[in-house]
Amino acid sequence: MAVAVAVPVLLLAVGVLQPSTDVWAQQWRTRLPGQLLNTVVLLAGTATGAGVLGAGLAWVVSAYRFPGSRLLSGALILPLAMPGYILGFLTLSTFGRTGPIQDQWAAWFGRDAWFPPVESIGGAIATFTLVLYPYVYLLARAALRDQAAGAYHAARVLGATPGEAARRIVLPLVRPAIAAGAAVVMMETLTDFATVQYFGVDTVTVGVFRIWRGTYDRDAASEFATLVLGFALLAIALERIARRRARFGEAIGSGGGIEPVQLRGRRAALATTLCALPVGVAFIGPVTRLAAWAVQEQTSDRGTPLLEQYPRYLSHSLQLVVVTTVVVMAVAVLLANAMRFGRAGVTQAAARIAVFGYAVPGPVVGMGVLLAVVGADGALERLGGNLPGVAGAGSLLVLFYAYAVRFLAPGLGATEAGIDAVSEAVTASARSLGANPLRTMLRVHLPLARTSLVAGAILVGVDTLKELPIVLLLRPFGFDTLPVWVYDLAAESRFQQAALPALSIVAVAVAPVLLLSRQLERAT
Amino acid sequence: MVGLGALAALPACAGGDDGNTLHVYSGRHYGIETAFEQFTEQTGIKVEFLTGNDAELRERIVAEGEDTEADAYITVDAGNLAMGAEQGVFRSIESPKLAAAIPAEYSDPDQRWFGLALRVRTIVYNPDRVPLDEVPTTYEELAEPEWQGRVCLRVSTNVYQQSLVASLIATHGEQRALEIVRGWAANAEIVNNDVLLLESIADGICDVGIVNHYYLARKLEEDPSFPVKLLWANQDDRGAHVNVSGGGVTANSKHPELAQQFLEWLATDGQDVLVAANHEFPANADVAAEPLITEQFGLDFKRDPLGAADFGALNADAVRLMDEAGYQ
Repeated sequence: MAVAVAVPVLLLAVGVLQPSTDVWAQQWRTRLPGQLLNTVVLLAGTATGAGVLGAGLAWVVSAYRFPGSRLLSGALILPLAMPGYILGFLTLSTFGRTGPIQDQWAAWFGRDAWFPPVESIGGAIATFTLVLYPYVYLLARAALRDQAAGAYHAARVLGATPGEAARRIVLPLVRPAIAAGAAVVMMETLTDFATVQYFGVDTVTVGVFRIWRGTYDRDAASEFATLVLGFALLAIALERIARRRARFGEAIGSGGGIEPVQLRGRRAALATTLCALPVGVAFIGPVTRLAAWAVQEQTSDRGTPLLEQYPRYLSHSLQLVVVTTVVVMAVAVLLANAMRFGRAGVTQAAARIAVFGYAVPGPVVGMGVLLAVVGADGALERLGGNLPGVAGAGSLLVLFYAYAVRFLAPGLGATEAGIDAVSEAVTASARSLGANPLRTMLRVHLPLARTSLVAGAILVGVDTLKELPIVLLLRPFGFDTLPVWVYDLAAESRFQQAALPALSIVAVAVAPVLLLSRQLERAT
Repeated sequence: MVGLGALAALPACAGGDDGNTLHVYSGRHYGIETAFEQFTEQTGIKVEFLTGNDAELRERIVAEGEDTEADAYITVDAGNLAMGAEQGVFRSIESPKLAAAIPAEYSDPDQRWFGLALRVRTIVYNPDRVPLDEVPTTYEELAEPEWQGRVCLRVSTNVYQQSLVASLIATHGEQRALEIVRGWAANAEIVNNDVLLLESIADGICDVGIVNHYYLARKLEEDPSFPVKLLWANQDDRGAHVNVSGGGVTANSKHPELAQQFLEWLATDGQDVLVAANHEFPANADVAAEPLITEQFGLDFKRDPLGAADFGALNADAVRLMDEAGYQ
């Protein structure tokens, strides 16, 4: 199973065996050193920013009660609903030099007044941090509930202050979750090629597309894509290191969560502000601006008619989300359990390889899947057979396959974090009491890890909803989705007209995100 | 939840081959739907289309080989068209209609693709900050040191900027082109897209720049007082750089005669609706340009006669040259 997922990416790596040395030499002389540096800075900055923000907020909403804390603990996930490619042009047109904020700034302090340079690597890091921190927040919050609560109570009973208990007991326990979240953040940042370009940041991923689309050299582009893969493996390795030092699960899923402390006065106001700020900047602000654009567009003479296309796009998007989420989570659960029972190097390695699809940019995955399918078709033809059209290039089946390749990693990451947290002793007890692996998985592991599983499913679903490059490349005729609609307009720089479809993606994504919040809330 | 109802009601996938349906892959996104609908109305031939990134759609056609559903590939930029020809995406077609409608410089010499709409990449300026008699009149002049810090140019990943640089290579040779692009890199603020570029000029962040004319037309359509003006470049020598948007019949088309009919229609009866949606100039000289660009920019200007196929073929060189020049 893992092999089927890995093949499309491995196909690309084959090219490295016959490197395009002249392209490498030319790139090394010109852009590559800068791209490597930018990539490192961008990844480190975003992982740190999203890690600190996500984990910090998770702690605040789990350990304290303050005005609006219930509402905010759910709302803090909302930025997940905002696709990066929308926030790119939105951030720039709002905070950039031609945007209203800087115009106002100039009106107050004069044209030459200093303003932080938005079109910069700092601007890109800030933007990625704000859209991606929910990955960390979500997993950290689940871990706090599922794993750290009992130990925290024990520490408090034994006389530790909340801060001390958090630092010495809770942080080590939730570190795997923070690491898993940070790894997802790094992959998302790494494989982006649209947002970074708005900020003028030249990364290795941008390099891949320059070579592919600009010089039409797909072989060389594939070779450079392995650089991206290299960075991703580094991110995974970092995650492993962070996780290995914390191999102890809670013996029982305590389920109770942390008993929150009621804050009052200034500290309560501070907590409320702290949690409201990211929601405002990364969600409410952008949504308001999109809404304003959409209204402006719909009331203008151009007023693009919508009713005809809207239900079609929406239903395609929803079909993709449902099928992908079910497939990915089923595979993730099987793989994560195989690792628990198998312990063999083979299963482990297979599971590691399976995340390759998340570790390279979407279009590269799409291309790999296309080549794999066409290759399989060709091989069958030589044997006298033929892939049925339903499984050929441009079919829905291939699209689903590509999505599974792409999004297994976030699903598997969350599932693994959940199952890792179930103590080995629990597995051993179940087995010694006569439960076979299947029964142990269904009756013991899954219930104990359920919060993580739901979190994983929602991450995969929302990721699928927002996904653009794969659906763009591989969809059948007529299977346009909401992101394709945004793309068609944004590709022509018609951002204002893209506002309504963009808003629709956000609106659809909000539903599962809020559902997730409710689920976490109820579990607490 | 209108969508959930629709989910049940709609088939998962449109399509099927009834022999009277044309399948188009299109890297051109805006306004094509109207053109396709009119074509269907006038000919009874149905059109199904798939939009996407130009390079990736080409790769898809190549990978699908004989199994491809695509009958025609439509895209923007001569570099994309030239590469399609080189990759074997297109078949050569003999069409007296197309030959009569489209001037030779906008098409492939081997009749594999045809330019259908023209976009002129030229100089724009902020009249409040630069008087007309001081505005640089050539692409080359923008590389002069006196313009340092006053120019906005589009990022090198953009195909239109790549094609402009390719035309510099074709005109001046690699060495001189490299000098010019180095000068640009030294002078310019690099901007992500032409819309942002125009807004930057309007806001006084820079004084001059280079854009495709229709972006300014769009701005002027929304706001007639938009404070940026256009100047046709290089009128005293070769003329302004003209890029094309066009297409061809795919090599493995199942309905090449329908696809050809479609291209012929776009080059003649369909020219109006094709170009008007995006304020482009018609490639067919018998068709009048829309009033907005005629009034705002005028039609009486010199166009660089360099063939689209000629600078299209130099696209990869242009990208490498921009790397060498340190052009972001």
